[in-house]
Amino acid sequence: MSSAPGWLRPERHGIYLPGTDCWIDPSIPVARALVTHGHSDHARGGHGHVIATGPTLSIMALRYGEQPSADRIDYGDTIELGDGTNATFLPAGHVLGSAQILLERQGERVVVTGDYKRRPDPTCAPFEPVACDVLITEATFGLPVFVHPPIGQELDKLLAALAERPDRCVLVGAYALGKAQRIIAELRARGFSDTIYLHGAMERMCALYEAHGVPLGPLALVADATLDDLRGRIVICPPSALSDRWTRRLPDPLQAFASGWMRVRQRGVQRGIELPLVISDHADWEELTGTIVELAPQETWITHGREDALVHWCGWSASPNCSIV
Amino acid sequence: MERFAQLLDRLIYTRSRNDKIALVAAYLRDTPDPDRGWALAALTSGLDFPAVKASTIRDVVATRVDPLLYSLSRDFVGDTAETASLIWPRLPTGEPPPTVSEAVEIMAGMSRSTVMAQLARLLDRLEPDGRFALLKLATGAMRIGLSGRLARTAFAQAFGLDVEQVEEHWHGLRPPYADLFAWATSPEGAAPAIDPLAFKPFMLAHPLEEAQLDLAEFAVEWKWDGIRIQLVGDGNVTRLFSRGGEEISGAFPEIAAAYPIRAVMDGELLVRGDVQGGEAASFNALQQRLGRKKVTGAMMADYPAFVRLYDLLVEEDEDLRSLPWTERRARLERAVAQLPPERFDLSQIIAAQDWATLVQLREDARSQAYEGLMFKRRESAYMAGRKVGHWYKWKRQPLTADCVLMYAQRGSGKRSSYYSDYTFGCWTAPPEQGGELLPVGKAYFGFTDEELKWLDGFIRRHTANRFGPVREVEKTLVLEVAFDSIHLSRRHKSGLAMRFPRIARIRSDKPAEEANLIVDLMALVS
Repeated sequence: MSSAPGWLRPERHGIYLPGTDCWIDPSIPVARALVTHGHSDHARGGHGHVIATGPTLSIMALRYGEQPSADRIDYGDTIELGDGTNATFLPAGHVLGSAQILLERQGERVVVTGDYKRRPDPTCAPFEPVACDVLITEATFGLPVFVHPPIGQELDKLLAALAERPDRCVLVGAYALGKAQRIIAELRARGFSDTIYLHGAMERMCALYEAHGVPLGPLALVADATLDDLRGRIVICPPSALSDRWTRRLPDPLQAFASGWMRVRQRGVQRGIELPLVISDHADWEELTGTIVELAPQETWITHGREDALVHWCGWSASPNCSIV
Repeated sequence: MERFAQLLDRLIYTRSRNDKIALVAAYLRDTPDPDRGWALAALTSGLDFPAVKASTIRDVVATRVDPLLYSLSRDFVGDTAETASLIWPRLPTGEPPPTVSEAVEIMAGMSRSTVMAQLARLLDRLEPDGRFALLKLATGAMRIGLSGRLARTAFAQAFGLDVEQVEEHWHGLRPPYADLFAWATSPEGAAPAIDPLAFKPFMLAHPLEEAQLDLAEFAVEWKWDGIRIQLVGDGNVTRLFSRGGEEISGAFPEIAAAYPIRAVMDGELLVRGDVQGGEAASFNALQQRLGRKKVTGAMMADYPAFVRLYDLLVEEDEDLRSLPWTERRARLERAVAQLPPERFDLSQIIAAQDWATLVQLREDARSQAYEGLMFKRRESAYMAGRKVGHWYKWKRQPLTADCVLMYAQRGSGKRSSYYSDYTFGCWTAPPEQGGELLPVGKAYFGFTDEELKWLDGFIRRHTANRFGPVREVEKTLVLEVAFDSIHLSRRHKSGLAMRFPRIARIRSDKPAEEANLIVDLMALVS
């Protein structure tokens, strides 16, 4: 880490820029936070001042209430943080409003990817690759066994399962922010126009997406439907509700789970999943390694995920200076 | 191969037996010969390709993948074939994916010198799911809980046949079962010849509800507490089959070796011991010998096995099954003389004239460690399956104990939103003297739907702790647990293991302090 810039450093609670007293995605309340996206392991409540994209601020407002003080920043816009440091927010392709943060100081360029993916997603702007000296990347799926199949293949499985069981419903466990809306939007893009039923926890986030210009077609709440309404329908709920008592109001639900982890069979079997859908909003192994090769940073820092394999890979390929932070 | 891969994948995620049968049946209907025959063999008995071993898969992957990346992945995935199928960096070959038969043919032709190149080439022709299926096929380790019986049921369902009829013709045939499919799928297809010296489907008994049979028409035997087996000898090779038609010869070589005759017999496999009338050990002793592919000399000396014979189905090439039981029994009594008495003897007929004696014998079955009594109609032919009115089993009364509910876990499928698996315990000493609860068993049936709802609600209201899918429950609810027997076991902290435990009653009226002690259960150990 000889050439590592001294003006930012990894800490237990996030990435810290001492000269500006700014944090990126801090997990504890701080005075000034730059937030890459709205998932709760990145966006927390209680900060003094938040800098994030408009949709991310809306999501945080929905989850934690309105921020007392915030800078709304659009993709491509740059904000001065002080100490000669500038931050530019660029699309990360992860969920609505998700951003990478490009930090520049005295000619040095650092990119914090946040969570990202390189595949098209109708609910958010695509990842924008940007050259940098230091790349701080996620590594959630940092093992070569994780290669996400095309989403179309997985949705075909979902629609086939639905057609096969007209008396039952297919219950899809999907994260309430991002995954659920992406699945709905991708189904609509395939011409699926039936009403899709939602667990109550999904309702406001879906409305937020629509308010930000992501049409999701006809949606209804399970709470407002009868058992017979739900036969032959797709129902979406948070993963935690898949085997909850709530499911007893559904007609013999077939349990599906949309997650990158479903690539490994035992992960699904252990959870009692009947229909695994390998759908992820994170970069898979090929995207992670391909992005490092493409951006060719002098250094790569790996934040959270399965780092060991990616560090090892960097060692004998593109980017020799690679470390876990 | 893709269709087979899809079937395999769906079977892995399917729990219900009926759904599994439907999936296999649909595959068998829609897939051409000989692919479906090979697939069927792969799903049940497993095909053997000596050139392909688990280590071969590792070695093939090592030709393309960095060893550390492989080993980190293997640690995460937990299964060699699955890791290899996911991590394999495919080089396009321009060849289409192989069919199941082509893959079988190629793998059967592999030798130690060609296996690496040929396996790599096959993997290059397949997508991840196909590679997974190929590697599972290659190593014969499907592990998808598909018994031979289930496969034959699926076969019968696929072609509208009676499963017992399928059983009748199946055994003795070899993959890819061309004759069997010809018979099942074309109206003019002749039924394959029945090999007299092959496995025959077992005749099973109904539970006897009331002591109301005409004793003049029935012979009575002990219900021995071992495992029911069938011996199939052709004079050269002798095979042992369990009730589901699975071969278990490997675990009992001394039995097979002592049976040089050309005959098919039905009997109970037991271990010598001093219960069951002073003649056989408890089921627990037999368990030491079960589930092994190979057995050591020490095991055979410590737990000497023998077979108590019930019936003679085939002698030389003569099928005796249509004869009445009395005639088969007479021939069995003659035939047993050819067999060494330390390995084979007859299940004796109990000479009881009246029900009063039989009721007493059944009561005694508990202390003697017999499983109960059997009633066989003297005129009955040997018929496959469970036919009404011919054979009855009259099991001893179950044991019961009052236990305290300790942990609960959610079920699967229709029960996935209910806490339906219960772990219960008994006291190490009276609780007022500082006794603690130790788990003594686990049960997930015996209760009604109403009781399940009640228990689920109780558990949710009285959760003390959560460990992943498991809830620890406040130790207040007494469950009356019924079980067939209880044995010493080193696997459990309480040192006890119940056989066939089920929830008999919910005793919400009884304080937890009054549940049974571990020593009470120790006194019931057989």
